[in-house]
Amino acid sequence: MSAVAPLIERGTATSRIAAIAAALIIALLAIAPQFLSAGAVDRITALFIYVILAAMWNALAGFGGLVSVGQQVFFGLGAYFSIRLANAGLNPFVALFVSAIVVGAASWPISLFMLRLKNGEFAIGMWVIAALTHLLVNLDRLVQGETGTSLISLNVYDASTRRVTIYWLALASMTALLAVLFGLLRGSTGAAIRAIRDNEDAAASIGVRVTGTKRLLFVLAAFGIGIAGALWLATSITFQPKTYFNVQWTAYMIFMVLVGGIGTFEGAILGALLFFLIETWFGSAGVWYLIGLGATALVFSLLLPRGLWGTLEERFGWRLLPVGYRVRLPINATDTTGEIASPVQTTTSREKA
Amino acid sequence: MSNQIIQGILLGGYYALIACGLSFMFSVMRIINLAHGSLAVLSAFALWLLASRFHISPFLGLLIVLPLMAAIGWALQRFLLERSARGGALLPILTTFGLAIVIDNLLFEQFGADTRSLAPFIGSLSYDSWEWPGNIYVGKLAVIIFMTAVVLLGGLQLFLTHTGLGRSIRATSADPDTAGLVGVDARRAMAVAAAIAMVTVGLAGAFLGMRATFDPYAGAPQLLFAFEAAVIGGAGSLWGTLIGGIVLALAQTLGAQVHPQGFLIGGHVAFLIALFIRLSASGLGLRGLLRLPARKAS
Repeated sequence: MSAVAPLIERGTATSRIAAIAAALIIALLAIAPQFLSAGAVDRITALFIYVILAAMWNALAGFGGLVSVGQQVFFGLGAYFSIRLANAGLNPFVALFVSAIVVGAASWPISLFMLRLKNGEFAIGMWVIAALTHLLVNLDRLVQGETGTSLISLNVYDASTRRVTIYWLALASMTALLAVLFGLLRGSTGAAIRAIRDNEDAAASIGVRVTGTKRLLFVLAAFGIGIAGALWLATSITFQPKTYFNVQWTAYMIFMVLVGGIGTFEGAILGALLFFLIETWFGSAGVWYLIGLGATALVFSLLLPRGLWGTLEERFGWRLLPVGYRVRLPINATDTTGEIASPVQTTTSREKA
Repeated sequence: MSNQIIQGILLGGYYALIACGLSFMFSVMRIINLAHGSLAVLSAFALWLLASRFHISPFLGLLIVLPLMAAIGWALQRFLLERSARGGALLPILTTFGLAIVIDNLLFEQFGADTRSLAPFIGSLSYDSWEWPGNIYVGKLAVIIFMTAVVLLGGLQLFLTHTGLGRSIRATSADPDTAGLVGVDARRAMAVAAAIAMVTVGLAGAFLGMRATFDPYAGAPQLLFAFEAAVIGGAGSLWGTLIGGIVLALAQTLGAQVHPQGFLIGGHVAFLIALFIRLSASGLGLRGLLRLPARKAS
């Protein structure tokens, strides 16, 4: 057995087909507004935003090992800075992206504090940051406390132009963020990220820049969630701090990632899709819907911590968009060890008996 | 000004009380229970239900609710925390967060959005006060809460250092495998610790309901207060929690003086300052709570 060299694989035939399929789906989504109703365009825009949220939270928690319950801070800030920039005279659509850059920049000093915290302390420390930021945003006279304000400068565009533009911006942001994340995870940074998640001390001892790598993920996640918040503002126009700085946004992110599969690239996307469907069907159930989400997250973390995708991947060896390498023994070697070796052992033990 | 300081210190007693269970569970089980605040609110609702439906005074109600909270703590450890802790450090955070969402929304489903208070059920105690020299009035309830916090923290300290069960809890938290080798039932020790923590949470919930109003979503702010008090308290002993609670309350009082909305901001800023000091001095912080008695005993 030791004579057989293991195969180190990354791209497989399946993953190449998956990459082509992903490109086709994105192309199809890009032309979809021409065939869809206004309501459907709005709903699918929401789906894109959910995918961004799930992918960004998964990057932080699933790959970086940093579970935050305060990510709503970046969602809220993304919306808030958009309002502020648009109020200062910037084109509202441009403001959405400048705002996300400001959010990313603001996350840098926050990371200096927060990344020194570990596990639960980091999780809840971020929540304190979110609560504090919410209160500070409320002090802004433009926002008028919980009354909130609106992105009025979007009103110069007519409703259908606005709807389709936001749809395309959301699709482009989602695609770009997923591509950046995918590239990052496949490169040497990706290896460093996974090394840190698995064992921070060991990673540091072999020369991985632990703090720098974590900070990169933290800022990327803040930037992405900032875009999501800005886009959400663009779709709903009104900004009420209570709605945007609500911990439920993080609850949604946790739900999507836990159900889809924490730490798998495809899992976050699957989770967002499932969340979107569940929300479409059961969202009107109000409080029972929230109880269901909480309970589902609870059950998944206890019984199926790898999520749906993680479990499927483990069982069937699926890899659609592989971000890591996989070491596998050639087929005939697996046969010898897996299929034949065990019956032999059983016979010997039987002979002994 | 001295009036505000005294009121602040007394409010700090409440924060120490609610922080007590959080830091106890963290130091023993290495878990930050994100459902902490929601469980306190659950206890307040249970007492409210007993008082409004069955006319049981909240103080008598504690005789029913505290054992119930202990049972919840035991079950929580056995069925949720123990299981999720095996999956690494991240899963318990997610599990307890899911639990918090379920508790909050079930309470909302059951009791609606109205704010409630236990004050109507404790007679004149909710507004009785003593006059201290210098024209300062201190509420009797606030003093009772403060004294309860001191007795509870002191009692826990004594329990951990001077009883067999306390020592086995400390041994298990330090090293469960080695504790197991010398005959400590680690599972039992952890379940007992969780039960004790939930009793303190139940008490905190009772006082939350007596001194203020609460609603189904009041758990999150309570969790943040508890966490802030514990972090500000930093290294040392359970007494650090009391100091942390007092500092948090004083910072809030000061914040309220500066700006009408400064109450909560003051507390959050104090938390960040404490964090900054702690990180630059690389102190032990929350992690170090309860460590001092362990070192003394060894």
